[in-house]
Amino acid sequence: MKMTLFAASVCALVAGMASAQTDITVGLQLEPPNLDPTGGASQAIDSVLYSNVFEGLTRFQGDGSVVPGLAESWDISEDGTVYTFHLHDGVVFHDGTSMDAEDVKFSLDRARAEDSTNAQKGLFAGITDVTVVDPLTVKVTLDGPNGSFLFNMAWGDAVIVAPESIETIASNPVGTGAFVFTDWVQGDRLELTRNDSYWGTKAALEKATFRFISDPTAAFAAVMAEDVDVFSGFPAPENLPQFEADPRFQVLVGNTEGETILSTNNKMPPFDNVLVREAVAHAIDRQSVIDGAMYGLGTPIGTHFAPHNPDYVDLLANSQYDPEKSKALLAQAGLADGFTTTLKLPPPSYARRGGEIIASQLRAVGIDAQITNLEWAQWIEEVFKAKDFGLSIVSHTEPMDIGVYANPDYYFQYDNPEFQALMEELNTTTEPAARSALFAKAQTILSEDYVNGYLFELAIATIAKAGVQGLWANQPTAAIDLTAVSWAE
Amino acid sequence: MNKSLFIGISISTVFVVLAAVSFLWTPYDIETLDIANKLKGFSIAHLLGTDHFGRDILSMIMMGARTSIAVALLAVGIGMAIGVPLGLVAAAKSGSLFDELIMRGNDLVFAFPSLVIAILITAVFGASAINAIVAIGIFNVPVFARLTRAAALPLWERDFILAARVCGKSPTRISIEHILPNITNLMIVQGTIQFSLGILAEAALSYIGLGAQPPTASWGRMLADAQTLVSIAPHTALVPGIAIVLMVLGLNLMGDGLRDWLDPKVRVART
Repeated sequence: MKMTLFAASVCALVAGMASAQTDITVGLQLEPPNLDPTGGASQAIDSVLYSNVFEGLTRFQGDGSVVPGLAESWDISEDGTVYTFHLHDGVVFHDGTSMDAEDVKFSLDRARAEDSTNAQKGLFAGITDVTVVDPLTVKVTLDGPNGSFLFNMAWGDAVIVAPESIETIASNPVGTGAFVFTDWVQGDRLELTRNDSYWGTKAALEKATFRFISDPTAAFAAVMAEDVDVFSGFPAPENLPQFEADPRFQVLVGNTEGETILSTNNKMPPFDNVLVREAVAHAIDRQSVIDGAMYGLGTPIGTHFAPHNPDYVDLLANSQYDPEKSKALLAQAGLADGFTTTLKLPPPSYARRGGEIIASQLRAVGIDAQITNLEWAQWIEEVFKAKDFGLSIVSHTEPMDIGVYANPDYYFQYDNPEFQALMEELNTTTEPAARSALFAKAQTILSEDYVNGYLFELAIATIAKAGVQGLWANQPTAAIDLTAVSWAE
Repeated sequence: MNKSLFIGISISTVFVVLAAVSFLWTPYDIETLDIANKLKGFSIAHLLGTDHFGRDILSMIMMGARTSIAVALLAVGIGMAIGVPLGLVAAAKSGSLFDELIMRGNDLVFAFPSLVIAILITAVFGASAINAIVAIGIFNVPVFARLTRAAALPLWERDFILAARVCGKSPTRISIEHILPNITNLMIVQGTIQFSLGILAEAALSYIGLGAQPPTASWGRMLADAQTLVSIAPHTALVPGIAIVLMVLGLNLMGDGLRDWLDPKVRVART
């Protein structure tokens, strides 16, 4: 008997040594302010919880495509206004309650309610009714056909939550995903463990720890010392060549949905004059911004659209770097002697460094942009809410967000009825070719109106230890999806 | 002139000259970025290399010296202009309620950790060179007030002051005509030391982004910008770091040297 026990423990020991590591530590820069993806606007919430803890009816894959999530299939009515979702059988929330059509109805109704705090209420705007047909079937009625409805349902803001656990979701998120939330030490780390009763393919990792490291220097040190196995969104692109040269690490560079723009207050003189905005656009040398601020990471854009999207139109020619033309345009606008404005910059290095480069380029044509560095909270207050700014630099990381230009109250205050009508039309068009044409038209309007200075599409660098596999390189939405991540043997 | 005074004055003069020359000429224009030539090492074209925007670091150091000196000088100026008169009044009215008020007020300001309050001031009123000057200057006030009072008090007991009083001079005139000239040496020495602390404080505030804003050059911000570049372009951090060390060392040596040189007791012993 003793012998067998001993043999068994030796076997267990050997097995333990041979099998790969089953825990992972992931570093990231921003900490979520709370843990409710359906109630907070912060991208950091989705980074940690999307797909890992919470799932929606549909979900994004790493390449940006939308695949079935909690809904295993769906039927769309002839006129495109009724979606009947067939839910997976046997899905349970982490607290043991079952996930059924009632939960879907609850989640969608909660998100689209008058008093909803959902950061992306526009995703649900077209829903007129959600009906439970039976526990595994739910019928969603729209006020008109919406070509991007399934795409919208994949967003982190549209995940399915349960009425039983909604009260404490901000501190104790209960979802249906492959990982269960276990602990959150604010200012330091957040821990997940594997959901062994997961309905789909179970995760390979048993434990995942997210560590929040905001300082770029500390991030560099943490990766070099192997304190973290993965760093998602590494903040200092100048250090990437060192990691690439080091056999201990792999560097994944991918696309994001982040259009990085020189946000321009379209209501503040002199930016209310299109000639001035055009002058600003021609004063900017995008390539030196990309090289100087991002060490070459990033793709130039000429409008508010992701270049890896098939509907992207290359409109860079509208805003070529041409300081002479810029000066001529300023003279035409009656500002031959230039003018003074503000340039308010949030913390990321693309903004802080890009801001210094752009200020220098603007100075060359006579525009004195005075730099003020702001923390995120101040930026949200002063720029985003109070609209007290001339220029700013920020990356708009939401997927397919050209629609924000139809909102005249959005912080850059672009008010063009033609564009608003175009967006209305786009929302009711489902035919792909027609949608492409409308997208092209929308991009062209923005480019020719020089609404903002379009700089580049933000790239994301993820640094991982050599043995880590299954990470997303691209960021079709803010997410660090660990469900398919494993260690090589 | 003693050795530390000589070395201190030499180093400080170099920086003052660099700062002065920057008004007329710098090797390159630091407001024009040259991204293609970023992070270049030492060369004939760029004696101290280039930074992450391709700017000439020597030019940045020259312009940064100007910022540092201007901020520190004005901050010390504020401290002296307010602190010395307060100290003189407190000494003249020693023991009065007025004296108590001034000195306890000083204690209050002293009790605050100065850099933390400087951060608070610049964070509330906005980051700028002016606010940095005010923030650093406020904490120079009690230093000078206390020193002035301490130096002036024993003077009031001396016979020549008694003579002046007998002649009917008012305390204000005595303070200005007899006390002040006799404590000038002390003020100069303390001023030099406060000046070097001011340089450090300016660098610290700029380092955390609360000092002079870009494109104004500042040594502290050069250090902050170089933080993630230390492993690939160490000169971007070393050059401004060494500049700060040298400048502060020079001023401290000068302060020490001045004290020895100006102190009559030491001078008498020497002759």
